Amino acid sequence: MNIAVCVKHIPDPNVPPQMDGKYLKREGIQGVLDPGDEFGVEAGLLLKEAHGGEVTLVSMGPAAAQEAIRRGLSMGADKGVLVTDDTLKGADALVTARVLAAAIKKAGQFDLVVAGVESTDGYTGTMPGSLAELLDLPQVTFAKTIEVTDGTVKVNRQTAEGYHVVECSLPALLTVTAGVNEPRYASFKGIMAAKKKPVETWSVADLGLAGEDVAIKQDVAGQTPAEERKAGEVITDDGSAAKRIADFLQEAKVI
Amino acid sequence: MPTIWVYAEIDNGKLDPSSLELATKARELGDVEAVVLGPGATEAAARLGEYGAEIVYASDDQVYADYVAQPHVHALTELIGENAPDMILFAMNYDSRDIAGRLSARLGSTLMSNVLEIESVERAKTAIIGGTIIVDVALEGAPKILLARAKSFVAEPLEGGEATVVPVETTVPEEAKRAKRVERHEEAATGPKLEDAPVVLSGGRGLQGPDNFKHLEDLASAIGNTAVGATRAVVDAGWVPYSYQIGQTGKTVKPSVYIAFGVSGATQHIVGMKGAKRIIAINKDEEAPIFQISDLGVVGDALKIIPQLIEEVKSRKG
Repeated sequence: MNIAVCVKHIPDPNVPPQMDGKYLKREGIQGVLDPGDEFGVEAGLLLKEAHGGEVTLVSMGPAAAQEAIRRGLSMGADKGVLVTDDTLKGADALVTARVLAAAIKKAGQFDLVVAGVESTDGYTGTMPGSLAELLDLPQVTFAKTIEVTDGTVKVNRQTAEGYHVVECSLPALLTVTAGVNEPRYASFKGIMAAKKKPVETWSVADLGLAGEDVAIKQDVAGQTPAEERKAGEVITDDGSAAKRIADFLQEAKVI
Repeated sequence: MPTIWVYAEIDNGKLDPSSLELATKARELGDVEAVVLGPGATEAAARLGEYGAEIVYASDDQVYADYVAQPHVHALTELIGENAPDMILFAMNYDSRDIAGRLSARLGSTLMSNVLEIESVERAKTAIIGGTIIVDVALEGAPKILLARAKSFVAEPLEGGEATVVPVETTVPEEAKRAKRVERHEEAATGPKLEDAPVVLSGGRGLQGPDNFKHLEDLASAIGNTAVGATRAVVDAGWVPYSYQIGQTGKTVKPSVYIAFGVSGATQHIVGMKGAKRIIAINKDEEAPIFQISDLGVVGDALKIIPQLIEEVKSRKG
């Protein structure tokens, strides 16, 4: 089975983020493959190992987003596609979905399109639904477990009070939670092999998109620092912290 | 006056309480109407009316409970075509996220999530970078699709509010019946609900293992009227059920006191608890980001402090 996995290159979440004017700074900084997407790549690789086929990584971002694709390739994916274009700076979730949908259509025929439930930098959390609609695919989302048999995908879908079992026929779009598997580390061999794997770079024009397709319909009109919470006190536990916390609970009248 | 729609989620006949918060907010922006799809919808319409919805488009059809997202998008698209609302508000829930994403693509409408405040049909606010920067966003086109987290607004009934119920009579086509819910599992929790409890204790990786969650449960019993939650990392590791999860994917809590044990404070967790009135954090790492939003931070070992705190609370309560 052929699988497309959406991946995003994001500013390293362990480094304090910087702004570049109105937007999050994405160029000239330390970037990583979104940790949430590692679970998508791993899900793709496990399905490929069980059912054969190829895993193609699809991404949109600045040129540096190649690094995220290389990382997925070094884990074992077969090839990559990066859509990069100056006009996409500040793209909203819908434009992102349109670009990824067009790239997936151009890249081939897929039984499954996989994405994380949300990105770690923007956490909009709705792009996969838009992508499913644009590709006319059913969606099985928030997967905690994945089972593919005889052309059907079945998942345990996380809910507020537990989980639902949801299934549909392939082709389909699947979103994975961070708990779905244990992403593998790239081996040295994998890192070397990744350097030779094909990565195509496409522009918006290469995808046949123009005008209204990529018109961004929301923009940052202004920004202000959030009202900070009252600066709290930080103490080091010397054996009396439990008493301090209990005092606090009494002041708050909860005990 | 612009027309503001509220998409009110219903599951097992239970109306999502966030829909009442959204209806209350919508009253400031324009004429309020609501859409509710699934068994129990007609009954729930009255409640939406009490919170300001003048018209409620409702269908009790089982198809909306059985299949994910696509039937809802089909019905919404027809309704929107006939009625042309200016804005549609969704809660940031599992089903609503799936539906809103698809709807945005179907209509070509821009979508904004994690909305904190709505100024008008052209302007809304969200927070970025761990909630440190508030961004004012200008929105174009119609209808705009907005998703807000639970408890972003306070639900207040409208005196004399009453809805006219308009039945949704569309036939959902076969091609929209694809992703099917075949089983439902609820993880029954004891004690107060996480979303409603005045005190919430949450555990993260710092608790080191599932067995230590039992100590948090003991502390919750000692304090009383207290619920226990967890970070995504801990839920993902299988230490506690999914229903414990607080954060972006997970629950939003707004208790009077929130105590974080061994929680570092990743953004996706913070968005689910930063509305707490008071925050206490206990973490071994003095650099943990959670300390930046805590009223009382304790650099120390949560596993040592929990039993001491249980004793302390018990003795003070007598």
